[in-house]
Amino acid sequence: MNNDNTVYTTHDLAVGYRNGKTVVTLLQGLNLSLEKGKLVALLGQNGAGKSTLLRALTCDERPISGTIKVNGRSLADMSQKDRSRLIGLVSTERIQAGALTVTELVGLGRQPHTGFLGRLDDEDHEIVRQSMEDAGIIGKANEYMASLSDGERQKAMIARALAQQTPIIILDEPTAFLDVASRIETMRLLQTLAHERGKAVLLSSHDISQSLMLADELWLITTDRQVITGSTDELVASGAMDRLFDNRSIHFNNQILDYSF
Amino acid sequence: MTSRRFNITIVALTLLLVLLMLACLVFGSVDIPFGKIVDIVTGKGSGNKAWDIIILQSRIPMIVTAALAGAALSISGLLLQTTFNNPLAGPSILGVSSGAGLGVAIVILALGGTLGGLWSGNVGSYMAILVGALLGAGVVLAVLIAFSAIVRSNTMLLIIGILVSYLTSSIVQLLNSVATEEGVHNYVAWGFGNFSGVSVAQMPVYAGIIILALIGSALMIKPLNALLLGARYARNLGINVSRTRNILLLITGVLTAVVTAFCGPIGFIGLVVPHIARMSLGTSNHSRLVPATILAGADIALLCAVASVSNPHGIIPINAITPVIGVPIILYIIINRRRIQYFN
Repeated sequence: MNNDNTVYTTHDLAVGYRNGKTVVTLLQGLNLSLEKGKLVALLGQNGAGKSTLLRALTCDERPISGTIKVNGRSLADMSQKDRSRLIGLVSTERIQAGALTVTELVGLGRQPHTGFLGRLDDEDHEIVRQSMEDAGIIGKANEYMASLSDGERQKAMIARALAQQTPIIILDEPTAFLDVASRIETMRLLQTLAHERGKAVLLSSHDISQSLMLADELWLITTDRQVITGSTDELVASGAMDRLFDNRSIHFNNQILDYSF
Repeated sequence: MTSRRFNITIVALTLLLVLLMLACLVFGSVDIPFGKIVDIVTGKGSGNKAWDIIILQSRIPMIVTAALAGAALSISGLLLQTTFNNPLAGPSILGVSSGAGLGVAIVILALGGTLGGLWSGNVGSYMAILVGALLGAGVVLAVLIAFSAIVRSNTMLLIIGILVSYLTSSIVQLLNSVATEEGVHNYVAWGFGNFSGVSVAQMPVYAGIIILALIGSALMIKPLNALLLGARYARNLGINVSRTRNILLLITGVLTAVVTAFCGPIGFIGLVVPHIARMSLGTSNHSRLVPATILAGADIALLCAVASVSNPHGIIPINAITPVIGVPIILYIIINRRRIQYFN
């Protein structure tokens, strides 16, 4: 499965959480990989471990066991700074950046590349501008973050991750608080970034039909805590989508690419 | 556009600083003609020994003390607000000042009777007070770090700070009941808040530590900006969050402890000034916020100093003035929360 485009791999990874001395493993034996130029959607029901997995993949939480490698180097052995040049993150965390302009916020994405005081040079400013243009938020460049709609905010956060110039972008529920139009727009933007800019993009989502239409590959966390990976078309055809939810009264409908009951 | 607003703000705050410094030179319990003050400051002398002493050993040290105290407390407030992601954090409300105060109380009350006059210039006594304040502030900050890992709610952390303040004041009262009369008197006088407590001889220590810590805060601008996005994003931007947090709290502790040891527990300045700076600049960007906070803090403290000496019947305690300035601003901020960008 690994080829020249593979940038990110996990080896026998187990993730979960630690509660004092007890260790709860949610998912184990994971051998996952991300490729350049592909949009991957991580799907699973609530509590399946999507966020836990993503936190381990971005090195925010120590995995229970196993290793993660980016371009063949172990993520755990890298400095925070090195990691920040490889993985860009978009999460749903509440931020206190309302009084920053979009340009300033996107400029923060340059931090892994700037010096001790974080000053931006001409090249940095050009990268910030380009990132805002790519994310379709350049029209709001001088607006306060506080004045943006939820969808615009998410574009600004994606632009910030782009300015970081990482080969990998990981997004935790990027469409969670968006209306339908913004959801489609955001997903299309991520698809474009993967296909045209060659980024490896991984996102978790609740929005199944959207993910099926736009993602190249899926990582499905099934109800029996397996992670099934594969191209979207294959997985849909194989009936794997029916293993996503416990509920027997709903079934995946391959025609409409959504669940029905 | 934004840089013009920054320049205007900085120039205005600097002009105000100069005006307030002049006012502090001129106003006081003794009237000294302005011409004579100029003569004294320029080194010519006024021919009146008492006047020379008042200006050189009382008013000028007070100006420097107040300006640095205001800057120090305001930067402490800014660092706490960003570190704890809590716009209502400040050295007094989170109990850092009270912690420093408890340290001071233990030193003054336990040793006060034996150390001689508190502000006698006795190096041993003020060093002991300084160490007491640093340890007290350090303990409270350690408690806050521990609790902030357990309670995620901003409001709860504020309440813990207030509880810490209650606890320290009850310990102080217990100490009071067993302390010498001189010790209690010294402690009560210190508690009023006072910018005249730093003598010329103590100034290098006081000013030196504060200026170093302020420079330290200016060097933390990049991680401070990253922290605006929360711990997870900051980590993703390459920031070592726990180390950064410890450095920021160390700077805060040192600034608050030094000011508290020399000037007493001064409320509101640390809480209010960062908001004044944010609102006048219209930004949360620390590269502009840090210099504006330092200047605005110095301005507010000098304003309090002018007010405290403006009463012909005697000096008004600083802690009687800061709430008059601070409370209306905090109320304004709370009421207008939805309209102020940096809350959204």
